[in-house]
Amino acid sequence: MNATADVVAEAAATRADISRPGPPLWLLFELTYKCPLHCVFCYNPVDLARTGAELATEDWIRVLREARALGAVQLGLSGGEPLVRDDLELIVAEAHTLGFYSNLITSGVGLTESRLQALKRAGLDHIQLSFQDSTREMNDFLSSTRTFELKSKVAKLIKQYDYPMVLNVVLHRLNIDHVEEILSMAEQLGADYVELANTQYYGWASANRDRLLPSRGQLRRAEEATQRFREKVGQRIRVFFVVPDYFERRPKPCMNGLGSIFLTITPDGTALPCHAARMLPGINFPSVRTASVASVWYDSPGFNHFRGDSWMKEPCRSCPEKTKDFGGCRCQAYMLTGDAANADPVCDLSPHHYLVTDAVARADGLRPIEEKPLLFRDHR
Amino acid sequence: MRLQWEPAQDAHVLLYPEGMIKLNVSAGEIMKRCDGQRTIADITADLERTFAATDLADDVSAFVSMAVAKQWLEIGP
Repeated sequence: MNATADVVAEAAATRADISRPGPPLWLLFELTYKCPLHCVFCYNPVDLARTGAELATEDWIRVLREARALGAVQLGLSGGEPLVRDDLELIVAEAHTLGFYSNLITSGVGLTESRLQALKRAGLDHIQLSFQDSTREMNDFLSSTRTFELKSKVAKLIKQYDYPMVLNVVLHRLNIDHVEEILSMAEQLGADYVELANTQYYGWASANRDRLLPSRGQLRRAEEATQRFREKVGQRIRVFFVVPDYFERRPKPCMNGLGSIFLTITPDGTALPCHAARMLPGINFPSVRTASVASVWYDSPGFNHFRGDSWMKEPCRSCPEKTKDFGGCRCQAYMLTGDAANADPVCDLSPHHYLVTDAVARADGLRPIEEKPLLFRDHR
Repeated sequence: MRLQWEPAQDAHVLLYPEGMIKLNVSAGEIMKRCDGQRTIADITADLERTFAATDLADDVSAFVSMAVAKQWLEIGP
């Protein structure tokens, strides 16, 4: 998703008029929060068990049609584990008919050959398969399941059905030292793209942050290993390495600004300008159960709240870089400073930047880490 | 990689795993003629005829080279 954001942002940057939002080019369906895995770095909300009932098939289909009419073109099918929904093929078929480019973002659990055949017939364009690590032990530990062998089988099936394959591995302190092995596994599995996405600290990952944040040394070695691999394979495999933003001095242009490109629909139909935005206090996000996609996107207070720059505080408000990074991530600002309108503390111009550098100092072993057990994602 | 016309963006776009590139008018007109059958010379001639232009050969070649380098296009056998 991170590499995606760059490319979509490139497209969006060509829009001259920022006062009127463009269409929601990227639509993400979180079809269900149910998932057979229990990953410690999952960005889903930690109170996901309290979410409302899932949308019905006809709701998802209606949202597809309305969003496509507005100009949505990339469709992510995610979750949780989207294969848990037995209407996935119906949703894919409708998306295909409408002209979406559809991406299945999956753990691979449940992707049998017959389902893959059905998805291919329905017109699915692409599959992104996640691995937790290059070794069975670590993969299975980090997801709290026995899935490594199964994922390897699924990877072969994906190639067999002539799909381009993006292998996604979320990196963190416990697996980042295995980047070389992870890349070699990706090569053996025939990956076309590999996303080495460092953990972003939302949801369950946020609860586990101090156990997951790598040290600077780990990060440097992982980047060096990635570079060596790129030199070896050339154009054959494209590797994206997404640096954890805690190590940056300027924030990421999160979602290219809330409400500019991305529209997420959560399992219960809540519409969000990013996957994590439901945590933002005092903002009422609309539901596609009761509102059209057009009114959600263009008219709802939730989506208009962080458009433009009138919500900004200093140092963002007078900063020349505000048109480039939009003040960073609203959720990160809220989680770390308690105010979603503050600058993202990743920025070294933020008075709260020390919160980020302190966390990195702990990761580097310069300060003690509070001992607490890893919290595995659970549906309780 | 899929090329399609997007009315909402008033442009041709290239769609690929989790990404999109919006093409300008010239790029769109060239790309939509790259059907695996026609040669670069055919495409150039068609563009010159369609847009009543001359001397497009260098522009088309330059674009196709760039598109091949970016893996938007493959040169057939």
